[in-house]
Amino acid sequence: MKHARATKPPVRADAGTAREWSPGRFLEEFPLYRVVDEEGRLLEGAELEIGEAELLALYRWMVLGRALDERMVTLQRQGRIGFYIGAIGEEATVFGAVAALQPQDWIFPSYREHGAAFMRGLPLTTFMANLFGNAGDIVQGRQMPCHETWAPGHFVSISSPIATQVTQAVGAAWAARIQGDDMVPIAFFGDGSTSAHDFHTGLNFAAVMKVPVIFACRNNGWAISTPSASQTISETMAQKAIGYGMRGERVDGNDLVAVWTATRRARQRAAAGEGPTLLELVTYRMEGHSTSDDPRAYRPAEVVEPWKRKDPIKRVQKLLTARGLLDEAGDAALRDEVRLQIQVALKEAEAFPPKAPVESLFEDVYAEPGWAQREQLAELKAAMAADPRVANPRHIEG
Amino acid sequence: MPVMNVIQAVNDALRVEMRRDPKVVVLGEDVGAFGGVFRATAGLQQEFGAMRVVDTPLAEGGIIGTAAGMALYGLRPVAEIQFADFIYPAFDQIVNEVAKFRHRSGGQYPCPITIRTPYGGGIKGGHYHSQSPEALFLHTPGLKVVVPSGPYDAKGLLLSAIRDPDPVIFFEPKRVYRAARGEVPEGEYLVPLGKAAVTRAGTQLTLIAWGAMWHEAEQAAKEAEAEGIDVEVLDLRSLQPLDIDAITASVKKTGRAVVVHEAPRTCGFGAELSALIQERCFLSLEAPVARVTGFDTPFPYTLEAEYLPRAPRILQAIRATLSY
Repeated sequence: MKHARATKPPVRADAGTAREWSPGRFLEEFPLYRVVDEEGRLLEGAELEIGEAELLALYRWMVLGRALDERMVTLQRQGRIGFYIGAIGEEATVFGAVAALQPQDWIFPSYREHGAAFMRGLPLTTFMANLFGNAGDIVQGRQMPCHETWAPGHFVSISSPIATQVTQAVGAAWAARIQGDDMVPIAFFGDGSTSAHDFHTGLNFAAVMKVPVIFACRNNGWAISTPSASQTISETMAQKAIGYGMRGERVDGNDLVAVWTATRRARQRAAAGEGPTLLELVTYRMEGHSTSDDPRAYRPAEVVEPWKRKDPIKRVQKLLTARGLLDEAGDAALRDEVRLQIQVALKEAEAFPPKAPVESLFEDVYAEPGWAQREQLAELKAAMAADPRVANPRHIEG
Repeated sequence: MPVMNVIQAVNDALRVEMRRDPKVVVLGEDVGAFGGVFRATAGLQQEFGAMRVVDTPLAEGGIIGTAAGMALYGLRPVAEIQFADFIYPAFDQIVNEVAKFRHRSGGQYPCPITIRTPYGGGIKGGHYHSQSPEALFLHTPGLKVVVPSGPYDAKGLLLSAIRDPDPVIFFEPKRVYRAARGEVPEGEYLVPLGKAAVTRAGTQLTLIAWGAMWHEAEQAAKEAEAEGIDVEVLDLRSLQPLDIDAITASVKKTGRAVVVHEAPRTCGFGAELSALIQERCFLSLEAPVARVTGFDTPFPYTLEAEYLPRAPRILQAIRATLSY
């Protein structure tokens, strides 16, 4: 193994044995892995390992993800949902990675990987019901929008605290290993997460325990208003893998094919008992952190410009067009179809009653409600019966 | 029937459950080959192997995060936090993740882990080997909190905790780890969570305690008896779920209550018990509910005799409550 400890570590008695920091060194050691260039052309010597049908299917997923994000932001601006957080510009990191996994592999999401849940069968209507927090939401409106769960597709529940899913993915990988299951979990997180203790702890535990797991860092350049350069002075996120004794790879996160291929390799290695991999998926957050911030307050518009040329969807579109798999009419039809799909789902999602019943607040706290939950439910119902303002949100929202 | 101390009873419970259920795994710092700094996991790795008895790197947040992932996937992990004083790096995982998984996933991802941790003072452990942080976790819906006082309950409650569908924090009274000895049945038996034990029947005053302080409460009750005061002692055993019926039945009978805990007084569980008692037993009360607790200071090293709510201070509270 490349980073295995030498059996006889060299010893030196002279001064100056400390390792110097040399600018650029890690950018050279961790070159950006890319298969398709910004014009949709295969790089010289590169091979397309992904099948053409799958590529076309992934293109459709990316178009859907983008259209959905745009539509849901509008919905938030219209005041119909309270919050939205999307992945505009980062679609390849999500769809490319998940497509390279096996269906039994668990996904430990951050909060931008809704696309992963769709690929695993989460109906758009159910997702949108989560955005409305209405009675159609399978988590019963208990969390903010974009905190969905989809156990049928092994898409684990989302929480807002940063990087907590990293150590959890390690535990799931260990559990699968004990039971002899061919299951390689993936943990998604952002560049900001690499500063959090759960990132360090999770990578260290994974390497020490030699578990099959993939760490997918979507380095989109920003953690709300903080640029990744203020998050770490490491030249790459991938190099952090070395310190823990695992493999690290820097991947063009706007190249769907590169993400897919790198993730597939990481999965193969994990399944073969070769341990975890840290993938740094280099991409860019084209919009604000969420609908709650305006990026104009902290970054000039021109820094986004160069990334427009690197758009992950256009790149696949060009590749598909060049290979004769997509033409203008086909693309337009696909986009119409996606828009209609979103429109239909939205209509269905909005038709649910606005809230789950108050009982749902007291359920699932424990497997069986305790006396405190039972008494407090009765207390709340009596208060609601005595004065309807108790259940009227206008008295909170003002 | 074999006689065991608390550590041996914990060890026996883990062995019994690991033999019964292959999904039970143990993880923590030094729990493997060494068998834990208090020897609670001694011999387990030798019997069950390093895959099921896992020595982890030294990071409590990692231990609990990893245990959570194991539980989500279907295992029954029993994590050890070496001292309750070191549980705080895992606070986010426990409070924001483990406690909320079932609820926030709409029941799709329950997270049944057991966290064993030695707690409490009286061992010359100073600030960082003496704390009793139970109230911090009782303030978090979704968690269960269990505190045995002796070996029989330690084994029976731990077996119930591991099999419970919800996450349980299992505080072990390290001050009496070796001192508390008693008969412990072989094999499996369950002490249900949420059932207090009336360990001494009495008519004049209800003395409520748990864990190591239950021993002090019993001592105080014995001394009170010599003074002609008839005290009923309740060992809560489980703080969440709480046996509210046992508490109200006793206080309605005696009309007086004293609560003992070694954690600081402000927002300690005694505050909650006091509120519950006055809400439910107001018309039966002959005196205010008294609290005999640790003080609102960090846990001391030299002054721990003064700090701990031991029998002499409890006895004074009993007398004061009787003569109110």
